[in-house]
Amino acid sequence: MVKRLLAALLLAPLATIASAQEMKLDHANVDIHDAISIQRGARVFVNYCLSCHSASYMRYNRLTELGLTEAQIKDNLMFASEKVGDLMTVSMRAQDAKSWFGVAPPDLSVIARARGADWLYSYLRAFYRDDSRPTGWNNLVFPNVGMPHVLWELQGMQRLETTEVEHEGQKIERRNLVLDKPGAMTPAEYDQMVRDLVDYLVFMGEPVQTFRVQIGVVVLFFLALLFVLTWAMKREFWKDVH
Amino acid sequence: MTRTQRFINWIDERFPLTATWRQHLSEYYAPKNFNFWYFFGSLALLVLVMQIVTGIFLTMHYKPDAGQAFGSVEYIMRDVPWGWAIRYMHSTGASMFFIVVYLHMFRALLYGSYHKPRELLWIFGMLVYLCLMAEAFFGYLLPWGQMSFWGAQVIVNLFSAIPFVGPDLAVWIRGDYVVSDATLNRFFAFHVIAVPLVLLALVAAHLVALHEVGSNNPDGIEIKRKKDPKTGIPLDGIPFHPYYTVKDIVGVVVFLIVFSFIVFFTPEVGGYFLEHNNFFPADPLKTPSHIAPVWYFTPFYSVLRAVPPMFSSKFPGVLAMGAAVVVLFFLPWIDRGAVKSIRYRGPLYKAALAIFVVSFFILGYLGTEPTNVWGQFGAWLGGADRATVVARVCTVLYFLFFALMPWYTKIDKTKPEPERVTW
Repeated sequence: MVKRLLAALLLAPLATIASAQEMKLDHANVDIHDAISIQRGARVFVNYCLSCHSASYMRYNRLTELGLTEAQIKDNLMFASEKVGDLMTVSMRAQDAKSWFGVAPPDLSVIARARGADWLYSYLRAFYRDDSRPTGWNNLVFPNVGMPHVLWELQGMQRLETTEVEHEGQKIERRNLVLDKPGAMTPAEYDQMVRDLVDYLVFMGEPVQTFRVQIGVVVLFFLALLFVLTWAMKREFWKDVH
Repeated sequence: MTRTQRFINWIDERFPLTATWRQHLSEYYAPKNFNFWYFFGSLALLVLVMQIVTGIFLTMHYKPDAGQAFGSVEYIMRDVPWGWAIRYMHSTGASMFFIVVYLHMFRALLYGSYHKPRELLWIFGMLVYLCLMAEAFFGYLLPWGQMSFWGAQVIVNLFSAIPFVGPDLAVWIRGDYVVSDATLNRFFAFHVIAVPLVLLALVAAHLVALHEVGSNNPDGIEIKRKKDPKTGIPLDGIPFHPYYTVKDIVGVVVFLIVFSFIVFFTPEVGGYFLEHNNFFPADPLKTPSHIAPVWYFTPFYSVLRAVPPMFSSKFPGVLAMGAAVVVLFFLPWIDRGAVKSIRYRGPLYKAALAIFVVSFFILGYLGTEPTNVWGQFGAWLGGADRATVVARVCTVLYFLFFALMPWYTKIDKTKPEPERVTW
C-alpha cells in the first residue's frame, strides 16, 4: 500500500503547481505511428467514452487505416451502430445530458486538436474525490468539471492533498493527488491506458495525418527536382544579361 | 504564312492578342537589377489564383449554416476525396497571402516604390490590402469555431463604438443582435463573391498602373531616362518575358516548397495559422478567456488594445487602429526624401525604418498574447501590465515613423544616385 502511494506520487508530477491556477501539464508522448496503441485506445474509447460523448465526424470504417478489418471493427468495436460506414454518434439526447451533467458532453471528434494531447493526458489522470461536487468528483486540470470519473474503477480513487511550501520567499500552495483506494490497474498500467486513449483521440482528430506526411515527402521531392530544372532554365536564359 | 500565323492574324484583326502580349510581356521592359524583394508581386498573384481555385472547390462542399458549418468543414477534412489538402491549401494560403503582401509592401518602403510617378500604383495596392483584410475577416467566420465566432463578435462590436450610429451600424452588419446564422450567411456571400470581385478589379488596376509607369528597382532610379536612341528601349531594361517569367518561376518553386512544407507537415503552424480554439464549435454562451485574432491582424489589434478608453468610450482605440492602416496611404506625399532607395538614403531614414519594423513585430507578437503575458510592473508604475506599456510605446513609435517622416526624410544626408542601375 505504501509502495503504491509512493508510486502514485512519483507518477503524478502533474500535481505540482507553480503559483496560480496554471497547471503544469504532463507530456503524453503520443505516437501516431503506433497502430497497436491506437487500436487499444479505440477499444477504451468505444467502451468508456462513446456512451455519452459522440464523435460524430468519425466513421467506424476509418479504423481500417489502423490495420483492422471491417469484420474486426464490427465484432469488437461497434455496439451502437449497424453499418461499418456509420458515424460514431450516441443515442443520448443532448437535452437529457444537460439535465444530468449540467452540460452536454462535447463531441470528441477533434478534441485532441482543440485541447492538445498533453492536456487530455493530464486531465484524464487528474480526477479526485470531492464531496462538494454533485458527481462526487473534481479535477485538477479542469476545475469543477461536469464529467464524473468514468475510469475510476481502473484508476482507483485519488484524494487532493494541499500543503503550504516556501518558494522564493513566498508561501505557495502545493497540491498533490494521492491514491487513496487503488483500482483494478496499477498506476503505471493506468497511465499506459490513458496514453493509448490519447493516441486514439489524436488519430481521430485528423485520421489523414500520417498519409498527409507521406504525400508531403513525395511533393517535396518533386519540387526539389523542379527547382533544379527551373534554376538551370533561368541561368540559361540570363546568360546574355550583363 | 504558316497555319498558326494565319490563325493569330485572324484573331489580331478582331482582338489585340499580339499587341497585349507585347505590351505586357514580351516588350514590357523591366529593370534588370531586380533582387529577392521583387519576387513577392508575382507570388501574391499566384496565391490569389490558388485561393480562388481552392475556394471554389471548398464552396462545393461547405454549408454556410450555423448548424452545419463546423461539421461541413470536418466533412471536407475527412470524407471529401483530397478535401483535407484543398482545405489546408486554403487555410495556409490565407496566412501566406499576408506574408507575401507584407514583404511586398516592405519592399516599397525599402526602395521608395510609392514615390512619383507611382502614387496611384501604391494607392491601388493599399486598396488591395484593405480588400484582403476584409476577405480574411469574412472568411475566418466560416469554419464557425469559437475563435471564428468570438473574433467576429469582437470586431463587429468595434463598430458599435462609433458615436451615435454605432450600435445600429453593428446590428446592420451582423443582421442580428449577436453573430448568428444571418451573419454567417452574409459573410459567406461577401467572402466568396463580393470582396473577390472588387479584389480582382483592383489587382487589374494595380497591374495596369504598374505597366504604365514601369517598375521601380533597388536603385530607385528611372530606367526610362536612359534609352537606346535607335530602338527607344531602356538601356537597363530587359523584356519581362522571357527573363522575368523564367526567374519568377524559380521563385514560385521555392515558394511552393515552403508552402507545401506547411500544408503537409505542419498545417496548424503551432496555432498561428489554425488556432487551437477554433476546433471547438462556436458557442454563443461560452466566451473564451483569451480571444486573439489570427497573426496577420495582431499588430493592429495591439494598437486597438494599447489606446486607453477615453470618456468611457473605446472609440479612440478603434480610430487609432483604423489610422494605423490608413496612414500608409499617405506615404507618397509625406516622404520628402531626395532619393528613393534605401541604398542612397541617409542614416535617419534607415534608423526610422528599423524602429518601425521592430515596433510592428512587437505589436504583432503582443496581439497574439493576453495583456498580462509579461506580468506587471511594480507599484512605481501603478502595477500596469508590462505588455500594455510596451504596446503603447510601440504604438507611439509606429505613428512617429509617419508623423515625423516629412521632417527626417527632408534633412537626411543622402548619397548621390548612380546614373545607371547597379547589380
